[in-house]
Amino acid sequence: MRIQVDKDRCMGAGMCALTVPGVFTQDDDGLSEVLPGREDGAGEPLVHEAVRACPVQAITVEET
Amino acid sequence: MTEEAAVQPLVPFPQDRTCPYHPPAGYDPLRAARPLTRVRLYDDRAVWLVTGFSAARDLLGDPRLSANQDNEAFPSPTAGFKNRVRGRRLSLLGMDDPEHKALRRTVIPTFTAKRISALRPRIQEITDRLVEDIIAQGPPAELVSAFALPVSSQVMCLMLGVPYDDHEFFEEQSRRLLAGPTVEDTQRAGEQLDAYLGALIERKQREPGDGLLDELIHEPYARGDIRRDELTALAALLVVAGHETTTNMISLGAFTLIEHPERLAELRADPDLMPAAVEELLRFLSVAEGGMRVATQDIEYAGRTIRADDGVMMSTSLINRDPALHGTPDELDWHREDRHHLAFGFGIHQCLGQNLARAEIEIALRTLFDRLPGLKLAAPVSKIPFKPGTTLQGMIQLPVRW
Repeated sequence: MRIQVDKDRCMGAGMCALTVPGVFTQDDDGLSEVLPGREDGAGEPLVHEAVRACPVQAITVEET
Repeated sequence: MTEEAAVQPLVPFPQDRTCPYHPPAGYDPLRAARPLTRVRLYDDRAVWLVTGFSAARDLLGDPRLSANQDNEAFPSPTAGFKNRVRGRRLSLLGMDDPEHKALRRTVIPTFTAKRISALRPRIQEITDRLVEDIIAQGPPAELVSAFALPVSSQVMCLMLGVPYDDHEFFEEQSRRLLAGPTVEDTQRAGEQLDAYLGALIERKQREPGDGLLDELIHEPYARGDIRRDELTALAALLVVAGHETTTNMISLGAFTLIEHPERLAELRADPDLMPAAVEELLRFLSVAEGGMRVATQDIEYAGRTIRADDGVMMSTSLINRDPALHGTPDELDWHREDRHHLAFGFGIHQCLGQNLARAEIEIALRTLFDRLPGLKLAAPVSKIPFKPGTTLQGMIQLPVRW
């Protein structure tokens, strides 16, 4: 899979970083981003959960 | 007029809870009316009430529903709300994008998971100090004024950068804002808090300190990205949104745990359950009932038409007990497979301070029950006062002994 965060949509609720801290983090502006090298989800089972939890649908997962 | 309204009068909304942690018994007819139905407000106005979990996610994410409290058609749960809000809408929560987004972006760096984790030891210190005082002075104790309110108020001071010397004044105004003896007193407390925050901003311009207000003053305000009145309104919103909700979650959470000794025993046996327990308490207690929006265009949803200028309210307690999502929704269960809830809302307004709230609730409840393992109510349940349905839900007092 390939995970992307749309920083323009992000509202900094931090649900993704809370749900899957091994894949998502927040930058100095408080906006979410994918940790470098973890764009494939790193086998984390809760990635889809993070997508669902995002209040502004800023995360997309492309199955590869 | 819809058919259901022709058959029977609309259920009034909001109503007082009968048990502090369950939705009012008077909402039972609404449980059968998912995902949305019509209810009647205090002024006889009929509005939509969202009661289904998926519908709430869809509608809270729909930009055709506005949070702009300056809109004449914006619904009010009470006459007092209408008078208070007129010309003084809330920062952030009463705004729509793009205005809302620009302002929210100035504060989100303070609320990242990393920054909140770094605050945990300070939150623990505040909590420990308050529990020590309770032990030194009791039993008995009144946990709203001796614990729930000062925990959230002191953490709020720490976040904003309010000097410690001012924390008693700050707590006193918070207490009056929460449960002042009269509407006038509550209003005066609000004015005093505004005046205090205004003076604090001036002081911080001269003597920079360490907190969210300092960051706002020295970055977006100095750059001209936000105006002075926006800065004061934003500080006031963070105070109101940040301390009352957390105070209520801590007081009502403690009451609920005392009333569910088996659940409490599970937590004692396995402290790793605590984060799951906090999520379940957020779902179960739903302290922020009745979020409000106004439609700016016609919206077709679930076979109904929400018309432009219709009011739309969210019954958080019914949304968080939607049987389509949660098996046995009325039970408190730390082991649920599906812990989803909308206690922090959804869409662009989802709670900014949710990770701070989680940390505070977890630390406060864990420390309280660790240090006072024999905690019990010091009055019959029927004599313990809790908040009316027109405000955030929580305890007014929580008398305990140990």
